[in-house]
Amino acid sequence: MIYRRLFNVPTYTFRSPWEELDRMRRQLIHMFEDSSQQPLSAGVFPLMNLTEDKDNYYVRAELPGVIGEELNIQVTGRNLTISGERKIAVEEEGARYHRREREAGTFSRMIALPGEVDSNTVEASLENGILCIIVPKAEIAKPKQITVKS
Amino acid sequence: MADTQSKELKVREKQEVTSPAEQTSPGLVFTPAVDIFETDKEITLLADMPGVKAGDLTIDLRDNTLTLSADIAPVENAEEDDILVEYETGRYYRQFTLGELINQENIDAQLNHGVLRLALPKVEKATPKKITVKTG
Repeated sequence: MIYRRLFNVPTYTFRSPWEELDRMRRQLIHMFEDSSQQPLSAGVFPLMNLTEDKDNYYVRAELPGVIGEELNIQVTGRNLTISGERKIAVEEEGARYHRREREAGTFSRMIALPGEVDSNTVEASLENGILCIIVPKAEIAKPKQITVKS
Repeated sequence: MADTQSKELKVREKQEVTSPAEQTSPGLVFTPAVDIFETDKEITLLADMPGVKAGDLTIDLRDNTLTLSADIAPVENAEEDDILVEYETGRYYRQFTLGELINQENIDAQLNHGVLRLALPKVEKATPKKITVKTG
């Protein structure tokens, strides 16, 4: 995170030369995860990406095949809890499986947001299997523009 | 507890394709997780492709090779700064060789909640026919 603040790495550009370095850094962190007590990635399903802009935090997770009604999302203080179940329909009898890589099961995850949030106006959407939760920042957590008087 | 009914999902990192072919456009490419099963009439393929819209998905079947490839549109706005990145996004690519003859005209593909369901009906000839021997 300190790298990001220092060098202001561009965030979503495929052609960014920093992208590869950034990935390497994360892979290194993954390697050391086993020995350290507080890993960067929680290693809990679902994996999440957390981004922010001036007004909101954005929490995203890939949940293919999950329906919105089967998701339970709660905000307590600055903690966001997501739980639910991924179901895979049982196919007709006599189907012979050649490959079975997709998994069904329950999941539950809590993520702490880095600043104060306004829990009254949290929005969540599930589109094409991607969950996006928009958590507005509380007024005190928003950056204030300060103009310098001459 | 829930454990008795269904197991808890474990994190599985997205599998990156090392090199499907020469890459002509930059970006990461992932292998979608699939289920494939077969009945007497058809082969069904289910693939997890989160973030893919129906228009961005290409399904190609020629010479018994089925190719799935999909582009994704970025979901993040340009002004957003990353705080925590646990997964990457990128295109999807996967190829399969089919042992059976497929009736190309009746292939049915549906994309729901980021899961592709592809039904590949077998050609009539390939469906097993039971022949009863009559005694005369």
